[in-house]
Formats: sequence, structure tokens, C-alpha cells
Amino acid sequence: MYCLWCDQEIISSVNWGNLMLPPRSLTLCEECEGKLERITGSRCEKCSRKSAEQICSDCQWWSTQKREVLAKNHSIYVYNAFMKEIIAKWKYRGDYVLKKVFEEAFLEAFRKEFGKYKDTVLVPIPLSDARLAERGFNQAEALARQLPIQSKNLLTRTDSEKQSKKSRKQRIAGKNPFIMTETLNKPAILVDDIYTTGTTLRHAAELLRQNGCPKVSSYTLIRG
Amino acid sequence: MIVPQHRQKEMDLAKLFAGKLLLRHEIPLSEAHFSQALKQEIFRTVSPFSKKHFTLQCNRCGNTAKHLLPRYPCSRCGKAHRYCRKCIAMGRVSTCSMLYEWADQTPHWPIYVNPCSWKGTLTDAQQHAADRIATAIQAEEKELLSWAVCGAGKTEMLFPAITIALQQGKRICLATPRADVVRELKPRIQQAFEEVTVQALYGGSNDKTGSAQLILSTTHQLLRFKQAFHVMIIDEVDAFPYHADPSLSFATKRAVKPSGTTIYLTATPRKQQLKRLRKNNLPHIFVPRRFHGYPLPVPKTKQVINLKRQLKSKQLPKAFLKWLLTREKTQRQILIFVPTINLADHLQKPLTNFLLENNVIQTKQQASAVHASDAEREEKVKAYRNRELFVLVTTTILERGVTFPSVDVVILDAGHQVFDQAAIVQIAGRAGRSPDDPHGEVLLFHDGKTDAMVEAAASIRDMNRRGGFV
Ligand SMILES: [Zn+2]
Ligand SMILES: [Zn+2]
Ligand SMILES: [Zn+2]
Repeated sequence: MYCLWCDQEIISSVNWGNLMLPPRSLTLCEECEGKLERITGSRCEKCSRKSAEQICSDCQWWSTQKREVLAKNHSIYVYNAFMKEIIAKWKYRGDYVLKKVFEEAFLEAFRKEFGKYKDTVLVPIPLSDARLAERGFNQAEALARQLPIQSKNLLTRTDSEKQSKKSRKQRIAGKNPFIMTETLNKPAILVDDIYTTGTTLRHAAELLRQNGCPKVSSYTLIRG
Repeated sequence: MIVPQHRQKEMDLAKLFAGKLLLRHEIPLSEAHFSQALKQEIFRTVSPFSKKHFTLQCNRCGNTAKHLLPRYPCSRCGKAHRYCRKCIAMGRVSTCSMLYEWADQTPHWPIYVNPCSWKGTLTDAQQHAADRIATAIQAEEKELLSWAVCGAGKTEMLFPAITIALQQGKRICLATPRADVVRELKPRIQQAFEEVTVQALYGGSNDKTGSAQLILSTTHQLLRFKQAFHVMIIDEVDAFPYHADPSLSFATKRAVKPSGTTIYLTATPRKQQLKRLRKNNLPHIFVPRRFHGYPLPVPKTKQVINLKRQLKSKQLPKAFLKWLLTREKTQRQILIFVPTINLADHLQKPLTNFLLENNVIQTKQQASAVHASDAEREEKVKAYRNRELFVLVTTTILERGVTFPSVDVVILDAGHQVFDQAAIVQIAGRAGRSPDDPHGEVLLFHDGKTDAMVEAAASIRDMNRRGGFV
């Protein structure tokens, strides 16, 4: 087996701790694994950001805005330098198999956090047609597919994802970049790779709520 | 020669595209123009993978490792496509995306009468090697290894060869595994060939068109070339990552025309090259003398008990401190090699304090540490070159490609595996580079002599012997 990041051969060792466990398929070598940073300790109850306060300043600000449409967000990893490199190679270069790096953690945390939600639908955040044609796959969809409940592509993107070049104010004031042609009468969990300002997810949530969805949460790999 | 305007344009396109192996998005033509060009057979498709026996091979980088050839589900056509992870940093090669090459006529490169603007002179040893390299190019020999000791002045030795190639209207590539060497060579080569267009290609270079007659490139960037060059000169063939990454030699070989000439340059040939030399199936020229005519400094070894433990607890060995205060020539700068980034960071402070206390430096800004992931790497090397820095602790990133005129060199923990024979010879080669100070001390602190240390010293002595020094 080879590390998916540095391509070093991984030699998994058997010790007293893992002797009785089924062999884990390792995706990263110990050194690379160590560079991933999980969100631990106290975090914001609403958005998963590392925070001493129960509700972080970001989320307090959101609560002063018009109707809050996103019930909560859960994320697993911190957006550190190493994660930025992995995401860039996975998403922008199109190195599809890097999704395996997060597979186990993404499933495990989902069971813990959302396991009790029955009859819920996963809705991956879509890419624009141009972006999808370029990369050949949508990373949010790839993430959603790893989870044990049904996933539906209910949203279509109409803008060109130049989000990162806009200021926060522009992004929030901007018009909704998604359209939805169906209705959904079940709770939904939006799936994406990263929660940055929460604007994109709230645009999607707003649309779902307008089309019959009683409750919208989000599950993202990273809290940026 | 008067060329009609539309012919002129076609020739420019030929210069831009001929000799390349490109993905669709690397060809800046509209969909309509491109499909027209395919129909007219101006471009032709190259399958992204080929099958040899039962192994699949990426046609851009030569990768055959199965675990680096996985599949992804394509949303465009609903199929699962094989793609290459090995060369994905240069754009993804997959069964859903063809590679393209120029199929129209090959470009004509200008013939220069007197392209070399360098006014210097070569030493006899340099001239001898330069003539041999030039002959190889003129006679279109397949390959030649130039083995020149550190400080022989190998770049200048290439000028006559490049001159001959340009006089024959040939296209030339000077490739090296390392981007910083490409950056350093660019102004020197451009100055030596003022009227020739020279382009430098490396990850992060502004101009990646690669349409010039004389190209300087990292070996990595050659993944985009195919049968482009009449002359390929590979500098530092034995350096990382070239010698360890088969895709780079694959790309380099493919970038040369079938009738082309490849010149390998090295100061420290690897075992496989030495083997070919001994078997006489790799023609070579040996340059055993430095350009200033003095021998190579031979490293001295000093054993320190518990060296690793001392260094780990940020303690500098006594023998090393004693040497710092009793050097032969106190005006020489000090270059200290350590095996790891951690150690470079850890030792900086205690070393600086000791040097300040003993007046070796006057301010703490005169000592620093540098390593590969240091954001200020280029600035620090520049400051050291300007003598604003007097003492520099470094990892092996400065083992080659950089020249400082007057330094003493130390390796702390020379027995560490990163210091193989080639690395030690290269590091020793940093000393005594200037005719004003052709000597320099080279000290290896270790806690047990390794084969690499012994072999390095033996090969340096051997090179000196071959250079006529006893
Ligand atoms: Zn790794
Ligand atoms: Zn929050
Ligand atoms: Zn490849």
C-alpha cells in the first residue's frame, strides 16, 4: 500500500492494540496523517468553528440577519496549509482518489452527528456546467456518495463560482446562484467540501426551505 | 528572405506547437479552429495510454505503477476513466482527454553566424572539454558525459558547443532538475548569447510558451515536449529528483529528436553512470581541474561521541566550537550543513549566541538558518552571497548549484543517510571556489565513519590525482 499523498510505501504494523481489529486500510502514511488537523475541543455549536464561545461571532452576526435558514453545520477538519494542498489537488487538479483520505472519518462523524435522522435527504452543492466539464466530477457529490443515506441532486448552479474573488459583503448581498425545479418535503442535509463564510450553503438552504423542506442542516469536510 | 504574411503566421505556430505533447486546454485555439486544425492534420491525436504486454503506461510521463493509474467516474460521459496521478500536477491525462501533437511541417530555426557574445577565455582544461562537447554536437553523436569537478567552470565550457549548434540552426535545451539552478542560469546564458531568444521554463515561471530556440528548463517541464530538440544538455544528472524519478529521464529522452545529441553534465556521477563509463559504452570527457588551477579541498573527519544526542538537545559539540575559534582564515564565511530542517532551526539560536559571545560575529543578524520550505530562502542566500550574513546553517538544499567565493564548510552529523557520497563531494566542492582564496576547510563531524564519508574522500583524492596533483 502506498500513501495517497507522498507515495511512500506504508507498512502497517500489527501490535497488541490492533491485533483483534479488522485490518484498517490506511490511505496516508503516519507522517502525512499527522499533518491533518481535526477540529477538537470546544467549538461553535452552530457552525463547528473552533471557538471558546458557545456561538461564535460569525454565527451571532448571522442571527441578526433576516430569517436564519440553516439549522446547523458540522465539519471535521481545520483548513490548515496541508489541507489546502490536498483540496487543491483533489478539486482543482481533479485527483479523484484523494477522496479516500477522508472516507472513513467522513462516514464515522456522520453516523455520530446525523445518525438519528431518519428519512433525511442529502443534497450535494452543485458545480456549474463549465466547472464540471473541466474537472469531470463534483467533489460534493463524491463526498455525499460515501454516506449511507440517499443523495439527490436537487440544485442547479447558474453562476460561475467566482466566489473567492468577491468580498464577504458582495457574496452575501449577491443573488442566489442556485435554482431548484423540484420540491422536497423532507429534512435535508447539504453536503460540501468546505464551509467558508456560510453564504453559499445559506443560499442553497433558503431555496430548499422555499420549496417545502422543513429543516436544512449542512455537513462539510472542513470549517474554513 | 521574404515570407508571405500567412506563411509567417504558420511558421510562428509551428515554433509554438511543434515538438510538444499537449492537453487540449494547453492549446489556445477555439473549438471551431481546433477541429478544423485536426481535420487538416495540422494537429494529430496521441492516445493518452499505451499497453505493453499487460501493463498500462501513461504516454506523457511513462508511469506504469498501477496504483498511480486509478479511475474516476466521469460526469461528462458517465464512464469510469483511467487517469495518471503521477503527472497530474501538469494537468490530468485521462482516457477522456487525448494528447495532441503538431503534425504540420517542422519549424526552421534561424542560423546564426556569430551568436556568442561572451568575451572571456577558457583555461586549457576547459577548452579541451569544450572542444569535445562541440564535436559531439557537430557530428551528431548520440550522447556524451562531461564529468567536471566542482568549480571546473562547466557553464562556460558549454558556450562553444551552444555556438556551434546555433550556427547549424539547431534547437537547444539546457535542462536541470532544480528550478533555482534554472533561475540562476538564465541571466548568464542570455548575456552570453545576447541576440538569441532564451526562455526559462520552471514551475512558476511567467513565460511557459516554450517557443524559443534556446530553452532553459527544469527536467520536469520537459513532460510537455516530444522530439523538440537537436541538442539536449542535462546539468546535474545525478541530482535529486532526476536520478530518483524515472518519469524525468523518460521525458528528457523523449524531448530529444531521434537524431539529436544528449550531453550529460555531472561532478559526481552515480554508480550506474560509472558502470557505463567502465564498460566503455558511454563516451565521456573528464575535467579534473578547477578553473583556477588548484586542487579540490579534501574533507577532514572528526569523531564526536554522542553527537546525535548532543545535537538533539541543542548542544553544540566542543570540538566544533573549538574549531570555530581557531580557523586558518577568520575572514572566510562559514557554511554549516545539517541533516534535517528541525536541526537547522534548533541549532540557529545556540550557535548565534556562541558566535556573538566570542566576537566571531558582531550582530545576531549575521547568522541564520535556511531550508527548502523557508519562505525567505532566496533572500537569505542572496544576503549570504553579499556577505551580509556571515554564518549560514543549511540543509542539503545548498549542496550544489550555488557558488560562494570564500567559505569554510562543516557537516554536523555527516554520518546521516542524507549525506551520501555524492552529497559529501558536492558539499566539499563549495569550498575554495575563488582564485583569490582557492582553499577552504571542509570538516565532517560524525559519531562513526560511514562508507559514504570514506568513499567521498577517496574519490576527491582520486580526482586530484587525475588533475596532476600529488
Ligand atoms: Zn505520506
Ligand atoms: Zn459559528
Ligand atoms: Zn502520467
